Amino acid sequence: MIPIDYYLWLAAALFTIGVLGVLFRRNAIIIFMCIELMLNAVNLVMVAFSTYLNDAAGQVFVFFIMAVAAAEVAVGLAILIVMYRNTQTTDINVLNRLKW
Amino acid sequence: MTLNLFYFLSFVAVLSALLVVLSRSPVHSVLYLIVTFFSIAGHYVLLNAQFLAVVHVIVYAGAIMVLFLYVIMLLNLNKESEPHKSNLLKIAAAICAGLLMVVLVGSLKGTDMLVQQAPSDIGYVKNLGQVLFTDFLLPFEIASILLLAAMVGAVMLGKAEKPDDNKIHMK
Amino acid sequence: MVDIKLLIALVPIIPLIGFLLVSLNVKRFVPGVTSVIACGSVFASFVIALALFIILLTSPEGTQLEVTLFNWISAGGFSASFSFLVDPLSSLMLLIITGVGFLIHVYSIGYMHGDEGYNRFFSYLNLFVFFMLLLVMGSNYLLMFVGWEGVGLCSYLLIGFWFKNQDYNDAANKAFIMNRIGDLGLIIGVVLIFVNFGSLQYVDVFAKATSADSSVITLITVLLFIGAMGKSAQIPLYTWLPDAMAGPTPVSALIHAATMVTAGIYMVARNNVLYSLSPVALDLVLYTGLITALFAATIAIAQNDIKKVLAYSTVSQLGLMFVALGLGAYATGIFHMATHAFFKALLFLGAGSVIHALHHEQDIRKMGGLRKHLPITFLTFLIGVLAISGIPPFAGFFSKDEILASAFEHSYLVWGLAAFASLLTSFYMFRLLFLTFYGAPRAGEYAMSHIHESPYSITIPLIALAILSFAGGFMGVPEALGGSHWLSEFLSPVFAESASLIEHHHLDHATEYALMGTIVVLTFVMIGVAYAIYVSKQTIPAPEDAHLGVVHKTIYKKYFIDEIYQTIIVKPLYWLSHAFDIFIEKLGIDRIVNGLGGSVEEGSKTFRLLQSGSIGFYIFAMVIGIIVLLTLTVLI
Repeated sequence: MIPIDYYLWLAAALFTIGVLGVLFRRNAIIIFMCIELMLNAVNLVMVAFSTYLNDAAGQVFVFFIMAVAAAEVAVGLAILIVMYRNTQTTDINVLNRLKW
Repeated sequence: MTLNLFYFLSFVAVLSALLVVLSRSPVHSVLYLIVTFFSIAGHYVLLNAQFLAVVHVIVYAGAIMVLFLYVIMLLNLNKESEPHKSNLLKIAAAICAGLLMVVLVGSLKGTDMLVQQAPSDIGYVKNLGQVLFTDFLLPFEIASILLLAAMVGAVMLGKAEKPDDNKIHMK
Repeated sequence: MVDIKLLIALVPIIPLIGFLLVSLNVKRFVPGVTSVIACGSVFASFVIALALFIILLTSPEGTQLEVTLFNWISAGGFSASFSFLVDPLSSLMLLIITGVGFLIHVYSIGYMHGDEGYNRFFSYLNLFVFFMLLLVMGSNYLLMFVGWEGVGLCSYLLIGFWFKNQDYNDAANKAFIMNRIGDLGLIIGVVLIFVNFGSLQYVDVFAKATSADSSVITLITVLLFIGAMGKSAQIPLYTWLPDAMAGPTPVSALIHAATMVTAGIYMVARNNVLYSLSPVALDLVLYTGLITALFAATIAIAQNDIKKVLAYSTVSQLGLMFVALGLGAYATGIFHMATHAFFKALLFLGAGSVIHALHHEQDIRKMGGLRKHLPITFLTFLIGVLAISGIPPFAGFFSKDEILASAFEHSYLVWGLAAFASLLTSFYMFRLLFLTFYGAPRAGEYAMSHIHESPYSITIPLIALAILSFAGGFMGVPEALGGSHWLSEFLSPVFAESASLIEHHHLDHATEYALMGTIVVLTFVMIGVAYAIYVSKQTIPAPEDAHLGVVHKTIYKKYFIDEIYQTIIVKPLYWLSHAFDIFIEKLGIDRIVNGLGGSVEEGSKTFRLLQSGSIGFYIFAMVIGIIVLLTLTVLI
């Protein structure tokens, strides 16, 4: 069988690429997609462990993570649309009011 | 054979993830992300989590990514017109990500000692469903309320505003 | 049968209650109520003190009544309890304090009548009585010290009573600061006592004293005496007492004649065991007292303020008391302290009556011819002057004569100097009497036409004190004159141990008669000289701006001691404190403290920039944070 650390390596790589994307890009939508990528990496780890330890809780939790991710995307994109309506751009550097 | 499949799927996943990050057009990024999701679904099948694999494809690739596409098209972001971050920041970001990778891998060291149990059938729909509806009933119900809240929020936020509602003028 | 412990505890508590009642109602009480409460509380204490005295008289020899109110401090190896001791010495002092104090309270009703700070005055007086009682009743050094400091505080409050005058405030400051300088010696002495004897209770210390190292005892006694120097106005810490005459006259009578300044005498007498074990300290006490007595007496002959003459007289008489203590004649010193309390209080109150009658005129050059207008004041003042001059059978004769007899036993020089100081005393006191009451009136038409004898509240205490000045000496009539010297019998348990440590040669009666006779004759000679100068020749002291001879000027200006202190001590201290202010305070401490605040401000200015608002930066920071946390978790 495939040893578990292969899956862990893969998930780490995917997570890191997600982080890279969040740091790299200035478009809010791309950042969102990279966040989804990170969530998926975590899902992968959970399922891997669930299989290897014969525990169903891992998969159930992935189930919930997916539900939450869906909800989060819906609301997040709605916010993005409101932002676009107000500023006509999706550049995150424009949203710099969160300061003193 | 499984190992080769694993390598192939991993390669596809990592490659398409990189392309998500690096491609210019947002639509391309979305498409590459869909490919990534599919490969991860393949990994789930390899891990004997069939229900999750299917749900993954339906929810993520079928629903979430479609939503993304809709929004991109609504906002007409077809062309890549955003200014990029400065090169210094990009290098810093790459270094950070690399560090993160190293740390993650380091923290996961020692897990190859794990001995795999006998192949189980917890990934099947029937078994998963049983666990879901007995041990995890409450979170299940609450998740539905969560989805309801998200729906209400999304609709409220996305409503078209009349001109004389308060508008935040951002500079 | 009332519990004795309750009685003993009530003695200081009643004046304390009086103080609290009056001071909390300073704005509300009418003067009548205040007078009743204040005088009543001191009178109640006097009655109880009298009862305790009688109990002690009728008890067997060597009785001491001790009561512990509560355990005050208990910290590690140090513990001190709030306990009172009533033995012959302290019961005698109790009687004097409460008795003379009561008379002065009554006097103040008349003297302070109409003053806007009337209630405040009585509250301070009661507080003073309370602290003085603590001082003499405490059975350990700590309580004595509490009383010591408390009376210093009340002295400050009462000297500066008319606080709207800055000169009076300065005088109050001077008194308090000089007291504190002496108190430094006292504190160090008490600490040394604790370190060496392990306890602060008198009984413990005196029991272990004979077995202690003699150099330690000398050091302790010298330090304690430094405290007495400050409190009882001996050289070099005496200059506060003449300036303290800025306070109202009852204050001068009570605090600076009868009670507070005698705290030093009491302390030395209480520690007689320690002092007897250290001949060096006894010599120090003797010579300090002797020099002070002479010094102050010479200054007094040239002073023109009625209260200042009496102040220097007090300093001089205190010197004589210390001479007695320094000779090992403790009972004699206490005897003179008691008689001095009577006649000095009388003299001060009489001076106050004169001042009151002349509407606050204190310069004797502007008095004169008051004999017929103020008969009671004159009579009582005359009795007081006779007492202080040592004319038999008034009180001062017996006590002063005993001191001179003890001095003669010790050395002829000491006797000679002490006798000279006494003769000067009689001279300047009669000078004061003659200039104030005899001769032509110099007070001006308006004052003389409105002059009248003082009210009863002033004259009755005068009469009472006059009786005491006359009869007070009879408690210590020596055997040479046929008496049994009741006082030294009464006090003998307190001084018993010292008596065994010091050699006393007793003079035979012939020598004593010779000494007594010589002094009395010489006193009459001085009186005659004073009469000749001030009544027959009607000499009036020179006015303020007159040109005086060198010797006269030096004495009149109090040997310029105040000016010397100002230049040698006060000015350098001011300069030093100013230097500290500039260098250490402003450049050092202010910089550090403000610098801390400033650095926090600078730091926050820098940290504020982290809140840039750009989301990209925030995400960056988050990732870095995650990396750091994970590293720490992995590494640790």
